[in-house]
Amino acid sequence: MSEPISALNGARFDGIARIAEAGLTGMITLRGDLASKPVKAAVAAVTGAKPPGQGQISFGKTGAAGWMSPDELMLFCPYAAAPALLAKAEAALGRAHALAVDVSDARAVFRVDGAAAREVMGKLFPIDFAPGAFEPGRLRRSRMGQIAAAVWMEQDGGFGVICFRSVAGYAFALLKEAATPGSAVGVY
Amino acid sequence: MLILHCPYCGVSAEETEFAPGGEAHIKRFGPGASDEEFRDYLFARENPKGVHFERWRHAYGCGKWFHAARCTVTLEVFGTYPAQTTEPPQAIRDAISAKRPGWSWREFE
Ligand SMILES: [Zn+2]
Repeated sequence: MSEPISALNGARFDGIARIAEAGLTGMITLRGDLASKPVKAAVAAVTGAKPPGQGQISFGKTGAAGWMSPDELMLFCPYAAAPALLAKAEAALGRAHALAVDVSDARAVFRVDGAAAREVMGKLFPIDFAPGAFEPGRLRRSRMGQIAAAVWMEQDGGFGVICFRSVAGYAFALLKEAATPGSAVGVY
Repeated sequence: MLILHCPYCGVSAEETEFAPGGEAHIKRFGPGASDEEFRDYLFARENPKGVHFERWRHAYGCGKWFHAARCTVTLEVFGTYPAQTTEPPQAIRDAISAKRPGWSWREFE
């Protein structure tokens, strides 16, 4: 049995913001009618959170639920607990027309913290990260440089970013470049 | 630079987040379509100077298809609407009429 290992094994960089690959993260993709009872129950079973509204991420005791599209959520949970939580979600879904899959190893997760975090994100995404426009609980799927990525703001003001695992190296290089010491622009 | 509003995500985003999908509201005739109807379905496209209807996909976002009504001259976007429709909704037609009185596009006006 081989050891599970995240895309960049927790790589870090300190610049005008702190960049960290978040390491192993449990992720369950959930598709279905987001307003239906079984889907709501599955979200609660995995994350302890309420289903997020459009463009939002909601936080619960065991994880978070991010709104990916009108019929899709990404559920975050502890990596080791993902298989058991998936079984709980499937039990909650029952015979409902819905799909839940453990995709923990499909993506890389990054954290971006620090005073200039908004600015680092602003350099890479075509999104307005101004205070008031992008606040904790907001989630947006977009592009970071040339790759698809989702970005959200945690309750502590730090950012989370996910992208496909195969482009994790490119994503980390982008984030590092954008956080180069001395590269602050001072817009936010 | 176009700024389009994704009706599913509820966000206005710039063009690079989207993928263009060509002309909207293309009608396939049949069964029993004539050769001419099938040819036009495959190849005949509008190339207007002014009001135009297109399909776009929020490729880097939710991944959903939607429709956009815009002006090919000024790049003004009159509105976007979900793909689950075979013709422009009245609200979109009204928005275009307010800016381009007397417009027409294929059988719509
Ligand atoms: Zn969208």
